[in-house]
Amino acid sequence: MAIRRLKHTRTHAHACMLQTPLDDFQEELVIRPLHSGDIYASFQFRTVWDADFMGDQKVSHYRLFPKSLGQVITKFSVRELHISFTQGYWRTMQWGQPYLPSPPGAELWVWFQDTVTDVDGTWKELTNVLSGIFCASLNFIDSTNTVQPSASFKPLGIGNVTDHSFLRYATLPREIVCTENLTPWKKLLPCGSKAGLSVLLKSEKLFHSTFHSQAVHVRPVCQDPQCRTTSMELRQTLNVVFDLHTSGQGKREWSLFKMFSRTLTEACPLASSSKVYVDVTDNPQFELSPATPLLTQAVVLGDRRTYSVYDLTQQASFGSSRSLNMLLRWKAADGEMLRPLLHSERYVAGYGLQAGEIHTLIYNHHPYRAFPVLLLSAVPWYLRLYIHTLTVSSKGKDNRPSYIHYQPSKDRERPHLLEMLLQLPPNSVTEVTVEFERALLKWTEYTPDPNHGFYVGSSVISALVPSVVAMDTNSTLDRPLFSSFFPCKEEASYFMRVYTEPLLVNLPTPDFSMPYNVICLTCTVVAVGYGSLYNLLTRTFQVDEPSPGLAKRIANVIRRFRGVPLL
Amino acid sequence: MGLLSDPNRRRALIGMLTRLNAPICMICYMAGVAWFMGLAFEPFTLRTYMSENAMGSTMVEERFPAGERALATGREFAAHKKKTGGMPVDWLVRTMQARGLEVYTQRFSRKLPFPDEDKERYMVKGTNVYGILRAPRAPRTEALVLSAPCSPGNENNQAVGILLGLAQYFRSQIYWAKDIIFLVNEHDLIGMQAWLEGYHHTNTTGMDWSPLQGRGGSIQAALSLELSSDVVTSLDLVLEGLNGQLPNLDLANLFYAFCQKIGVLCTTQGKLPRNDWDTTSGYSHAVQTMMLMVLKQASSRPWGDHGLFLRYHIEAASIKGVNSFRPYKTDATTVGRLLEGMYRKLNNLLERLHQSYFFYLMPSLTRFVSIGYYMPAFGLLALILLLRALDLWVQLSSPPTRTTEDACPPLCPLSAPQPASPGVLSILTPLVISHLTGVALYTLPVLSQELAVEHFPVSETEAVVLTAIAIYTAGLALPHNTHRLLAGEGTEQGWKVLKLVAVLYLAVLLGCTALINFSLVFPERGLLVGVNDPGLTLLFAVFFFQELQETPVTLQEGWMLYLSVISQGILDHALYGSLLYPLAALLVYPCWLLFWNILFWK
Repeated sequence: MAIRRLKHTRTHAHACMLQTPLDDFQEELVIRPLHSGDIYASFQFRTVWDADFMGDQKVSHYRLFPKSLGQVITKFSVRELHISFTQGYWRTMQWGQPYLPSPPGAELWVWFQDTVTDVDGTWKELTNVLSGIFCASLNFIDSTNTVQPSASFKPLGIGNVTDHSFLRYATLPREIVCTENLTPWKKLLPCGSKAGLSVLLKSEKLFHSTFHSQAVHVRPVCQDPQCRTTSMELRQTLNVVFDLHTSGQGKREWSLFKMFSRTLTEACPLASSSKVYVDVTDNPQFELSPATPLLTQAVVLGDRRTYSVYDLTQQASFGSSRSLNMLLRWKAADGEMLRPLLHSERYVAGYGLQAGEIHTLIYNHHPYRAFPVLLLSAVPWYLRLYIHTLTVSSKGKDNRPSYIHYQPSKDRERPHLLEMLLQLPPNSVTEVTVEFERALLKWTEYTPDPNHGFYVGSSVISALVPSVVAMDTNSTLDRPLFSSFFPCKEEASYFMRVYTEPLLVNLPTPDFSMPYNVICLTCTVVAVGYGSLYNLLTRTFQVDEPSPGLAKRIANVIRRFRGVPLL
Repeated sequence: MGLLSDPNRRRALIGMLTRLNAPICMICYMAGVAWFMGLAFEPFTLRTYMSENAMGSTMVEERFPAGERALATGREFAAHKKKTGGMPVDWLVRTMQARGLEVYTQRFSRKLPFPDEDKERYMVKGTNVYGILRAPRAPRTEALVLSAPCSPGNENNQAVGILLGLAQYFRSQIYWAKDIIFLVNEHDLIGMQAWLEGYHHTNTTGMDWSPLQGRGGSIQAALSLELSSDVVTSLDLVLEGLNGQLPNLDLANLFYAFCQKIGVLCTTQGKLPRNDWDTTSGYSHAVQTMMLMVLKQASSRPWGDHGLFLRYHIEAASIKGVNSFRPYKTDATTVGRLLEGMYRKLNNLLERLHQSYFFYLMPSLTRFVSIGYYMPAFGLLALILLLRALDLWVQLSSPPTRTTEDACPPLCPLSAPQPASPGVLSILTPLVISHLTGVALYTLPVLSQELAVEHFPVSETEAVVLTAIAIYTAGLALPHNTHRLLAGEGTEQGWKVLKLVAVLYLAVLLGCTALINFSLVFPERGLLVGVNDPGLTLLFAVFFFQELQETPVTLQEGWMLYLSVISQGILDHALYGSLLYPLAALLVYPCWLLFWNILFWK
């Protein structure tokens, strides 16, 4: 019903195209079979709207673009907004690189327009509003976990803003993502969860996975090649990995139905394009049915991949059964995965509740190319970093960062921010260590479960990684010789972000099980025992004559007057 | 306090304390020992109960089905172990990978300070293999550990089998919220030490290990499994760890709760809980169990592979399968289900185990004595020392030839005339000498082993132990007439001051130790009265321990055991950082030498 109404508005929009700005909606699903036998599905829904949110005219007529987000963008003068909710940790070494990386928990970063005067106030309001929209605890974002990265988070849309005072970045590593976050996210889609690819997004299956990440990205993009005007782009992404052993019963065989317990029957009627891509680069290892004649090649994350494409806007894709349920079946279980060129690992070293050391290991698996990475870590104030102990070493040698941006923390106000530009030598492990001391919190500052520990958000490693395609200078695959002499081929390097594990650190915690008893008893013992003993020890004792009676005193006064010795 | 600030009453009180010193001390001693023995009496102790909410009410179902297959895997492991003559690293890596774990290995090597004759090792080289089951949708912040040792011979193959069986079963479950690390460690505690040091990137004992490649965040709890038979009659829970540390009592409660639920006989110190507390044999059973725990704790060594986890504030225990002649047997599936249940409950934990007690004694698996109940027993014994010190202090500050009563009230030594006050030097010299002897006892045995081996027909281990005993005995002869050289004839005052110092020293030493490891202090003070000698105490403890374990030894065997206990103590210190040997050599022994010195003062 809703769709028919929308269709109607669409024709209506066509009729009065002159005053209504153009908008466009695309949906896409990429399925990548992973070498571990798991399967990775990545949804992207893209809405582009040629509306000028910052113009004088108030934008009030919404069609495909969600009104709730549009109003937020206008009200808070947001230039770019990136928000992600992730449950689980992306296993780079088993799964390779994700299409869209995100850290465990919630991550929010926003570039504001340069017209904003009170950035901190706007940020605070914005997080509260977003918290309402996404049913998440984003209202826990405050000055103690917000940082302003100087180099790691550049705008992804057009516009060359470099003043990072308009950028705010925060993560909430503790945030748990569940259905109450998925429902508002689905509501932002033009077709909701009623038609198109989004029918697959059923929470009982999505949350029966090993990795789940959903995100919303808003950014300005060019409207035309000349880039005279900008459009607003909204990308909603959802990434999910299903496990071979828990969801797949240990069988290397996947189908849309097995993954989502739904099949595809139609495209979203509002979408201008609706496609399903299946990564068939390793095709000899598995077979895909129904086969599709449509193949496309693309260099993704520095690697040349081949995809089978199912175009849902064409009836032919659905076949005779009027539903698309592609099936992937492995023929052989083994096969080497291309080792990810960049990955990292982070942990807390040491024991005891006083000091510790944060180790961040960054691996460069490229056989001969060194490349620079930007490392950003934001550490809460209650871990007091000893920045003089910061050491960076690769292959046993000192590795001096060429750029360091360090902002010390202020107790209860702001976190430590450490950004470094590091050069990773080829085929090496670079280890960044810094010691810290655990602060003793005030007793009201502990969380309700203090013995669980306190979280330190993921570090972010941003890098331009040399492409694998550019790596094999020997390959003359399908290409004329003249095009392959110089190693600098299409996309010699690609941008990548790697998030490390969040850390769980135990702070010295008082025994909250009976604070009242403990406090009372301690105070009593200290006051009575120590106080009086101290009193005794510091006092000098003298034998005092009992005071004379009244008659004797009067007699003494008289005697003093008379000048005779006293009694 | 009015009582003390009034000089008359204070004098009266102190007069009474000095006059009745010996009887009061006697009473304190009897009360202390009686209190301690009362701790094993069931009506005086509390029943164990689960404090942690997250593990209490949420019941879990145990469905582990594959005990037989696990045993088959164990046999396969045994075959590969025999073939490689050690840890079958490749086989383990392959098997764990096939079960869907992330598998890593760690190599380590350690040269012991001197050969360990008990376990026949000197240059230790080995590999730990561990597989991480990544919890779905968890960000690698928390982990649980299940470990089984790869022991020489035919030991513990079934434990590895069950570990791998559980890994396979756990992998297909969706409910894990914490990563689970399945660890097979070689060379028991040395491998475990290497793994833990690698995991936490510390190096406390100078061991060589290769860094770990994969981690699972902060470890919340660990269990170590030891099982050498296909069926067991009972499972024994071992809690005592390094330096007498114990895991949170809730871990023991969890084990007991599941044994009850599944119907497995469970013991601690190898002793079943009994219900007949009102009979003599029931009471002595409880005393034996408790004394075994006290002695094991006092030994300061880890009594299972779990023992080293405790240093890192990881709650850990060992579960040992016992196969005796009882007719009722438990099969591997049941053991697997027990572990599954425990891990599911641990997986439910929201916080680290912290609700229950960390300091306790267990007269049986169902009863416990918390620190609040056992400390008064020590307090009564410590009071004796303080009373003796007070008596000496009063004697010193009010010499017998007192002229006026009021010239110097007691407890004001500054104003007291001290005509024949012994010089500081005469007190300091024995103190320094006895401590130097202690330092010699601590350092020389290991350092001089080569020298000893060259000149005497003994092995390195014997050399170390015999050097230690030699220095120990030599210390008795060394320092006890220095004061004559310094201050001429030994005075009455001199030995009293020295005794006062020694008594206070002992009181402080015991008080501090009791806070860390009660068991180390109490038996020495309480049950071995008069025999204050640390060496003899140890000898006595060895015999007593064997007696309690119902494996009495002859004098000859006891002496050999005594020697090996000394060498093990030194090794424990060097390998795992056990504090007993330095404590005994650097503090207790010098303190005792001071008393020895007093004996020979005149």
